[in-house]
Amino acid sequence: MKQFQYLRAATQQSTLDAISKPGTKIIAGGTNLIDLMKRGVTAPDKLVDITHLPLKNITPTKSGLHIGALALNSTVSENGIVVQKFPLLSMALKAGASPQLRNMATVGGNMMQRTRCSYFYDTTMPCNKREPGTGCGAMGGLNRMHAIFGTRDKCIAVHPSDMCVGLAALDATVIIAGKKGERRIPFTEFHRLPGEHPDVDNTLAKDEMIIGVDIPDNNFAKNSYYLKVRDRQSYAFALVSVAAGLDISNGTIRQARLAMGGVAHKPWRLFEAEKFLVGKAVSEDSFKQAAQIAMQGAKAYEYNAFKLKLAPATITEALKHASGLV
Amino acid sequence: MNKHMENKILNKTSTLEGISRVDGRLKVTGKAKYSAEYSVKGITYGVLVPGTITKGSIKTLDIKKAEGAPGVLSVITYLNAPKVPGYQTDKPQAKGMLKIFYDEQIYFNGQPIALVIADSFERALFAASLVTATYNVEPHQTDLIKNRSNGFTPRKDYSRGEDDAYKNAPVKVEQEYFIPTEVHNPMELHAIIARWDADDKLTVFDKTQGIKATQKNIAQAFKLPPDNVQVTSPFVGGAFGAALRTWPHEIAAVLAAKVVKRPVKLVLSRADMFTSVGYRPLTWQKIGLGATADGKFVGITHEAAGQTSVYEDFTENSVNISQLMYASPNVTTRYKLVSLNVNTPTPMRGPGEATGAFALESAIDELSYALNMDPIELRLKNYADTDPLSGKPYSSKFLNDAYKLGADRIGWSNRNQKPGSVIEKGWLVGYGMGAGMFGAYRGSATVLARMMADGTLLLQTAVTDIGPGTGTAMVSIASDIMEIPAGKIKFDLGDSSLPPSPTQGGSSITSTVGSAVNDACKELQAKFQELNGTTESGKMDYVQILKKHNLQQLEVTTTSHGGPEQNKYAMYSWSVHFMKVLVHPATGVVKVDKAVSVADCGTIISNKTASSQIKGGTIMGTGMALMEEAVIDHRYGRLINNNFADYHVPVQADIPQVEALFVNKPDPYINPIGAKGMGEIATIGVAAAIANAVYNATGKRVRDLPITPDKLI
Repeated sequence: MKQFQYLRAATQQSTLDAISKPGTKIIAGGTNLIDLMKRGVTAPDKLVDITHLPLKNITPTKSGLHIGALALNSTVSENGIVVQKFPLLSMALKAGASPQLRNMATVGGNMMQRTRCSYFYDTTMPCNKREPGTGCGAMGGLNRMHAIFGTRDKCIAVHPSDMCVGLAALDATVIIAGKKGERRIPFTEFHRLPGEHPDVDNTLAKDEMIIGVDIPDNNFAKNSYYLKVRDRQSYAFALVSVAAGLDISNGTIRQARLAMGGVAHKPWRLFEAEKFLVGKAVSEDSFKQAAQIAMQGAKAYEYNAFKLKLAPATITEALKHASGLV
Repeated sequence: MNKHMENKILNKTSTLEGISRVDGRLKVTGKAKYSAEYSVKGITYGVLVPGTITKGSIKTLDIKKAEGAPGVLSVITYLNAPKVPGYQTDKPQAKGMLKIFYDEQIYFNGQPIALVIADSFERALFAASLVTATYNVEPHQTDLIKNRSNGFTPRKDYSRGEDDAYKNAPVKVEQEYFIPTEVHNPMELHAIIARWDADDKLTVFDKTQGIKATQKNIAQAFKLPPDNVQVTSPFVGGAFGAALRTWPHEIAAVLAAKVVKRPVKLVLSRADMFTSVGYRPLTWQKIGLGATADGKFVGITHEAAGQTSVYEDFTENSVNISQLMYASPNVTTRYKLVSLNVNTPTPMRGPGEATGAFALESAIDELSYALNMDPIELRLKNYADTDPLSGKPYSSKFLNDAYKLGADRIGWSNRNQKPGSVIEKGWLVGYGMGAGMFGAYRGSATVLARMMADGTLLLQTAVTDIGPGTGTAMVSIASDIMEIPAGKIKFDLGDSSLPPSPTQGGSSITSTVGSAVNDACKELQAKFQELNGTTESGKMDYVQILKKHNLQQLEVTTTSHGGPEQNKYAMYSWSVHFMKVLVHPATGVVKVDKAVSVADCGTIISNKTASSQIKGGTIMGTGMALMEEAVIDHRYGRLINNNFADYHVPVQADIPQVEALFVNKPDPYINPIGAKGMGEIATIGVAAAIANAVYNATGKRVRDLPITPDKLI
């Protein structure tokens, strides 16, 4: 690990000032950044510790809930309002990492975590995300964990978060602060697909910081489920995960929200499948059809073809759980 | 005294209560000191620099930047390393342990090319990142499956009766099985502190399973009298075979301490653990199993090909279990090694047998379905009453009792012979079983037993305790014989200045050292009787006797080992594992709902630690079955998951309920305490039991481990 300077930010403004200089990175829980620094994947000159900034609040708003960027994953997952009104987020958080990590990890940090692609972490391997232009080690390599949606030849890595899959499904908004003030963008537009620039994970500019997320009120609390399929039952990244929220009235689906993890460079929202489900009766059959619609455009590589079967099965299963069929 | 106690076993089974771990408090309060934790004056820190090619040689090495980095004392490479005297042999081309910093040759990816020594760990780590190398790269081979035809036969094929007789049997199974590389990965990283006390005197605090072996190996490498090498290792945080040998990093640390003239601490990184201290080798197997229509085995053919390094031939008993486990008139086994550009494997818990049992016990399960016969019944039909290999009688075997105990506890009667036929709450339910066996050994050990004036009994021997609770078992034995409370007994171990004990491996320590403790205590008791002028055995007031004779202490040193009975009988420990698994029909997720492991390993000396040991072995076998797999990208010859996030070992949620049961009947011949080993059999057979249960649940037979969800959907 390269030597670096450590600075404790006193204010949001001083943080923004600091990160406007090259080689400076924000650190919060550090559960991913420290690993990246140890492995030589990233080597910042300066770290700005923002954990003392007043961005930890979980506060009801007129139309939903505001969660500060520094709220801990464990705190959010156990928060009474979250559990009661947005159980999908609580379930997604608890499916991620381990209790020890969730006690350190923040909401903003969770959004900023980088892929767990092995080729990204091994600095002797080619990786367009780590070192643009070097190629993709995973493309012709061991890509069992890799993406089936939204891929380009340059990168087939997946975003590893569970929380983000939940927030994508819940129509959250990301609140970002920059030198010119605050801006708000839909959660689903925060992370990006690799395209020509797989080194860029999201739309946050280098001189901006996340200050929180807003989740609008909804009618999904009664019929929500987060299903994560993984190689071991805790502390493992998703092969495929599905966040499902349904608004059901008299056995008919009025609205649906679906997002998948472990399948794309970003939390993968299933808009078409959601549209299909509106107005349908709760039934395994319609869930299966929705899952088929969701899989349109999927493309597998040598070792992840199983996801073409696992993903629709997981969507169906998550919907069955959410609707009470299971 | 050096005598053999002829078969006078403690004629009782244990009470199955047992004492708590004698060092439990030290361990949970952090007061137990492990190898890296010794505070040594003037300590320096070493960090290894791994090479990044898989085959070839080092062309150039640039260590200037590293040498100039803050706090760096030395950067050792093959170019500047002092010669290790023991490395100089008449046959420099002969195969053997990797010689570290010996020449420019690279045999596998991750092979150390430099060792940076600095005044802090962080500085050493940073400087290590500044070492650069260029290489002459040669094409490598790391894929066993691709290179299987290039294997060679390291030992003679075995055959009894007719070769490949299974082929002509009325009912037969012929299948290939595969296990990936599995890495020991104990929690404690390998660590050594090396300190030269004089030009020819050395102290090491070292993670090892063998105190005396480490002393001998280091002495040999540096041409020192063994007594001049002090080895200290009273606590070992798991090893599972990974600390059976003296590895190159240990030699490197001793070498470095010589170079910098200060003590050197070298702790391997988790990534180093994958390429420096061995692993269970990736192995291809094929079983041909034939039976009569009523389930009598006609023949077993068991073939295996395992991987090894190019510089060393590591063989294991992958096919031997098929020679031993069942009464089959015809058995053929063939074993091949394939030399690849990988580091050398090493025994890992149940070495060979755990690999072989996965294939054999899976094949038997397959046969049971072909015959439509209960798998227990099929095994009982082919139960061996004498050792099929040697024809000798068993010293003891109660495996049939174990079958019954385990079947009752798991609820075997709930098993439906038809696969995929039971669903509980949306999950497919399956039951499976797999059996295991491992040689039961007794070596030689010397124990000092000293009764002190205050009634404290001191026991000393240079054994290690890698986790099973050796100290606890020894205290239990002594407490039983001397009839004094466990709290009055102190067991010193892990120090080369103590009387000799063998390396802790092959499930032999309770049998070997336990017998020596038994013999030493009996001898000490006899001495007290003599002193006291009494002849009848039984409880004595040791303190009073010492006081009466004006003695501060009374001691004996006893060497104990087996006698002619070791050749008269075939000695094995036996196990059977029963699994109830749940498999999700849509997602392929497997959960072990309940595991019951039963061991037939003679008298249980220390029930609590024995139970823990069996449970640990069952969990390790669960890892082997469901998730453990070190994966190499063969294009580069490099591991892609050499860390604990990507190399999965089981967590609580994977196996919530594990039960350990014991037959607990003494072996009347193996040793005076009636106890046999259990460390290996705890894992042997587990992977097959789970694969068999998964088949029972789903009708899908997974023959290549691990059984991950993708293989079941």
